Amino acid sequence: MPPLLSIENLSIGFGRGDNVVEDVSFDVQKGETLALVGESGSGKTVTCRAVLRILPRIAKIRSGRITFAGREGPVELSSIRERQMREIRGNEISMIFQEPMRSLSPLHRIGNQVGEVLRLHRGAARGDAKTQVLETFERVGFPDPERAFRAYPFEMSGGMRQRAMIAMAMVAKPDLLIADEPTTALDVTTQAQVLGLMKDLQRETGMAMILVTHDLGVVANMAEQVVVMHKGRVMESGSAAPLLSDPAHPYTKALINAAPSLPEDFAVKERPARQDFILEMKEVSKTYLIRGHKAWQEQALVHACRGVDLALPRGRTLAIVGESGSGKTTAARIALGADAPDPGSEVLFRPEPHTEPITVHDMTREERIAFQKQAQMVFQDPYSSLSPRMRIADALTEPLDIHGIGSKSERRDRAEAMLKQVGLNGDMLMRYPHAFSGGQRQRLSIARALMLDPSLLVCDEPTSALDVSVQEQILTLLEDIRDRMNLSYLFISHDLAVVARIADDVAVMRQGLVVEQAPPDVLFHNPRHPYTKALIAAQPTPDINHPIDLDLVAKGAGSPESWPEAFRFSSAVIPSLTVMEPGHKVRCHV
Amino acid sequence: MLVLRYALYRFGTMLLTLLVVSALIFLIINLPPGDYLSNQIAELRSTGQTAGVQKAEFLRREYALDRPLWQQYLIWVGFIPGPQGFSGLIQGNFGWSFEFDRPVSEIVGDTLWLTVLVNLAAVLFVYMVALPLGILAAARSKTWVDYTSAFVGYLGLATPNFLLALILFYYGNRWFDLPIGGLMDPIYEGEPMSWDKVRSILLHLIVPTFVIGTSGAAAMMQRLRANLLDELGKPYVETAIAKGMSPPRMLVKYPLRMAFNPFVADIGNLLPAMVSGSVLVSVVLGLQTIGPTLLIALKSQDQFLAGFVLMFVALLTLLGTMISDVLLVLLDPRIRYEGKAG
Repeated sequence: MPPLLSIENLSIGFGRGDNVVEDVSFDVQKGETLALVGESGSGKTVTCRAVLRILPRIAKIRSGRITFAGREGPVELSSIRERQMREIRGNEISMIFQEPMRSLSPLHRIGNQVGEVLRLHRGAARGDAKTQVLETFERVGFPDPERAFRAYPFEMSGGMRQRAMIAMAMVAKPDLLIADEPTTALDVTTQAQVLGLMKDLQRETGMAMILVTHDLGVVANMAEQVVVMHKGRVMESGSAAPLLSDPAHPYTKALINAAPSLPEDFAVKERPARQDFILEMKEVSKTYLIRGHKAWQEQALVHACRGVDLALPRGRTLAIVGESGSGKTTAARIALGADAPDPGSEVLFRPEPHTEPITVHDMTREERIAFQKQAQMVFQDPYSSLSPRMRIADALTEPLDIHGIGSKSERRDRAEAMLKQVGLNGDMLMRYPHAFSGGQRQRLSIARALMLDPSLLVCDEPTSALDVSVQEQILTLLEDIRDRMNLSYLFISHDLAVVARIADDVAVMRQGLVVEQAPPDVLFHNPRHPYTKALIAAQPTPDINHPIDLDLVAKGAGSPESWPEAFRFSSAVIPSLTVMEPGHKVRCHV
Repeated sequence: MLVLRYALYRFGTMLLTLLVVSALIFLIINLPPGDYLSNQIAELRSTGQTAGVQKAEFLRREYALDRPLWQQYLIWVGFIPGPQGFSGLIQGNFGWSFEFDRPVSEIVGDTLWLTVLVNLAAVLFVYMVALPLGILAAARSKTWVDYTSAFVGYLGLATPNFLLALILFYYGNRWFDLPIGGLMDPIYEGEPMSWDKVRSILLHLIVPTFVIGTSGAAAMMQRLRANLLDELGKPYVETAIAKGMSPPRMLVKYPLRMAFNPFVADIGNLLPAMVSGSVLVSVVLGLQTIGPTLLIALKSQDQFLAGFVLMFVALLTLLGTMISDVLLVLLDPRIRYEGKAG
């Protein structure tokens, strides 16, 4: 039987530049899943877009053939007319995109956007289309299909939007689904559920799937065939099981080694005898008022943080883990004094061991300036946290400039020394940020945070915008400078593998509450809370024998009302944080 | 229901704004020292015409110009009784024009609705020209269509309106036998409405509409093009193409809808810009709009006339913004349901 889709010697280039995809060939069989794996810039996205011919205008297919075994016989997608191509898009081959937040039109109802596929390709009347769309909605797991049909995208969470995207791609029952990083923008638990859904749908309909991803954990859970790409070329391809367990190509090996996973055993650090906390958060709450003060609207409250109690010993790393909206970033911003907490909350900061602490939200002007020197932040997105119009020298010396430290040449020397500290060259000072890669930029923003010689660093998802191999390097750098300069980290992340590696103490947050807190060895080997269990279970590992346990994910990732009796909480009754053993706290009814 | 509530709320804020605007207008008109009558009295005194002085003094008392400024203001708006009891703007008495020696309502009467007519025609022209050209320029960006429309647009922006007016009058009259100057044939002035009068007004409107509208249309077109080009790069456009939509259908349904917001929001800004921008054009074209009247009133410190005209323009502006705000709420569910997402 001929393959469903066959790509032969495909080369694509932008404008007059070199090929970004070079001589790529692979086949997709009916009903199977092929994973296209690679880091950013590997050409995986361009390749899969070439199948539907939705490339940017300047991209040209320079050579090669794409053949598709369509419903009316084989067609050559690379040469058919645009009109014919439109008949295939969304009908025989459909696509899911990376960003569910932006891939749906915000001004049209979900039902309208999904039903459009049927109206376009089947000429379906509005009523018929609606029945079919509602069926599909039910299938992709909308609790109330009618309501979803009428909803606008911004009324839904990321996971629900991605379900709507999947519904849109599935409603015409295509033979091939191309999913371009369909779960990268989602939380781990949501990712696990969406992946599970895609797999079920595939089993039911027998469609084939091309899954574009950078995450080998996702590959191990989903794919039968794997194509590894690097710099526009295919490095290795073959069946998933042998390729993942015994990679032949050095690049694949490196990729698998760099893939984050929960370690089997932890190097247990001895707990410090006398507690010297650099930062203490006591009963920190933050309530936001949404729907503003508009006379024609009602008000509503959002509890971003509820009674958060955390303490960070000097020289250690405290990690806060949780999905988006769990309140972890709010907690970090309050710790830095960037947001004011509700009255009754207290944040204490001790610049020197065993001295009188200063209250972060009640400081004199002098104290505030001193505090700002002591506490610095590393941001998530290295692309937008450095001004594109400032030379590196200026970006690095600016903090010293603001605090009036040193002469001009001293500041420069310090900047140069700091670049070396973070593993860059001192002679890069006169460059602009665009001349650096993502990993290098993150090094720069770490260097900038270190310029004032702080003692506390707040890292807000410092590795989540980076490729896995770069992620590894940045984590090593962070560990290295922490030990060398005796820094303390407040580390915000949604990635358990990263946290397991760097943290001494982990707090898991959900809906503004800390639900479980323990050192990583305890937390990952003996999790008590259903939500923590779900988080750990949802973490995809690049091991084909360890598929995600969807039941465990579903149990913990649902709303807190659906948790087992002992852990359940509603807005009225919230169980308190109970100490199970020294250093291990769980929010449960005793 | 929500929209209705919003419209009511918006109407309330509009009234409040109008109140503040009225105070500001009154204050600014009275900022220069003296007023029309005190200037006149001084002039009459110096030439020794006592009879005139007495009349002017009488008018001063009659219109409460001898009272403190804040009282004058309250009387003008109609919050406190003046010499003739409650008779201010809210009672429908617009005051007396000293320059023309007639009630303000009589002077502005006809010109008011002619002003509205000319400007509405110009706004319609702006939208009718800018919408298709802007879409075309964006859909065919960086091709000759785009460059030509941009060239014509910039030509329209750069040509002084009065010059354009003169040129169009000349050629319009020579080739199409269009009338020159005025908003209607002089024989219809003061006549009751009739089909012939309407026809005459419409014919006279062609050139002014074009002249007042071109620069606005050119600016609007460029803005729409830029907005649309931004939207065309968004992921949801890709989604629509991947569904198998044809480009024109996709363009109209998705990105245009998004690019429409600023387009609608501009309604409010267009009106005042046109009223004040069309003063010169009105003078050159001899249009009986409110612009030239405002100019005369401001020059001679004819405060009630100037005040009324400015209030009228402010009302137009506020109505325009209110309409565009309500339209935006109707058009964009994100504004409608703001904060309701959960």
